[in-house]
Amino acid sequence: MSVSATTAAGRPVRPFWNPLLAGTVLGLVLLLTFVWTGHGLGATGASTRLAAWLGNAVAPAATQANEYLGAMVEDGANPLPSWISWQVIGVAIGALVAAFMGGRLRVQLDGAKSVGSGKRIATALVGGLLSGFGARVAAGCTSGLGLSGAATLGIAAFVFLATFFASGLIVHRIVKGL
Amino acid sequence: MTFPMNDVGMLSGLVCGFLFGFVLENAGFGSPAKLTAQFSLRDWSVFKVMFTAIVVAATGLYVFEQLGWASVDALFVPTSLVMASAIGGLLVGGGFAIGGYCPGTSVVGLFSGRIDALVFIGGLVLGTFVFAGLYGPAIESVMAMWEVDTGDTLMDAYDIPQIALIVLLFAALIGVFYAGSWFERRGRGPVSADEAVAGAGSAS
Repeated sequence: MSVSATTAAGRPVRPFWNPLLAGTVLGLVLLLTFVWTGHGLGATGASTRLAAWLGNAVAPAATQANEYLGAMVEDGANPLPSWISWQVIGVAIGALVAAFMGGRLRVQLDGAKSVGSGKRIATALVGGLLSGFGARVAAGCTSGLGLSGAATLGIAAFVFLATFFASGLIVHRIVKGL
Repeated sequence: MTFPMNDVGMLSGLVCGFLFGFVLENAGFGSPAKLTAQFSLRDWSVFKVMFTAIVVAATGLYVFEQLGWASVDALFVPTSLVMASAIGGLLVGGGFAIGGYCPGTSVVGLFSGRIDALVFIGGLVLGTFVFAGLYGPAIESVMAMWEVDTGDTLMDAYDIPQIALIVLLFAALIGVFYAGSWFERRGRGPVSADEAVAGAGSAS
């Protein structure tokens, strides 16, 4: 069922960092981000800007009139250049370098072996859709609201993390039963 | 020099992002098999890594403030909109369990070669369009519900000393590691890099 199996030029697969090390380094990166920029790390700020940009390219009138996305494309503004966009580009490069160095770069449709390609594409799309919608309701995602907000001891962050994990535990069981 | 420096240019974005992505991939968080194994309680890496990072960063910010190096009041703190955060958490958590990623880890997944992560990102953009399409007074009024009026942080809102919260977080961190390792010993243990690279559903 595997769609593709391109492994990175025979590099040996290195184990993941242990969670205590990874968490400590991640905490230090988050701390650096706070002292450097005044805010934490994020993700959906960039996908929201991408949505505004795409909307403006495909349906400019509707996007500019939209109450939520309109402000980002007002007066011909390009919503893409922004700190969060650079940060997500950085995430992409950092992940690519780490995956390559660790021998873990492999082109695949991950999950297709267990549920089939069609179903895997559907679950990825539906999961992304729920996440994208939810992150707009909460004005943040696991990184921007959960991780970064909790470091500042923000109430919203702990509420988000609690319902995030509760929902993940329950929905995982439901999905497995289907 | 006092912090934060409030530099939000290209360089700080690229550098902080690079380090973020580098750590997440090395933690195994580009793999949907590893990420969702948290929800089957087989692999506690997500809890452990997140909790550790929160404790390290929160402690660091506290120490910087005590030393007079930083003004923590100048940092961005999310507004304490309890209803919006709760609903958002439910949807992002559900999306994680179904799709195998959260928004940030989907970028890590894509750049470790996963096509399904690209589909997930397409879903993120679609979800943003659906939200924007429905956005209006009704959604706004729900999102504004249950705001904590006394403050955005636990110490401001409930008058809890910051150090007490940090001690509490440390205790919770030890609890997470203890409980997590117990579950991991009982089951098949954390998803290894070999399993993650082979992809979810491979015989292991």
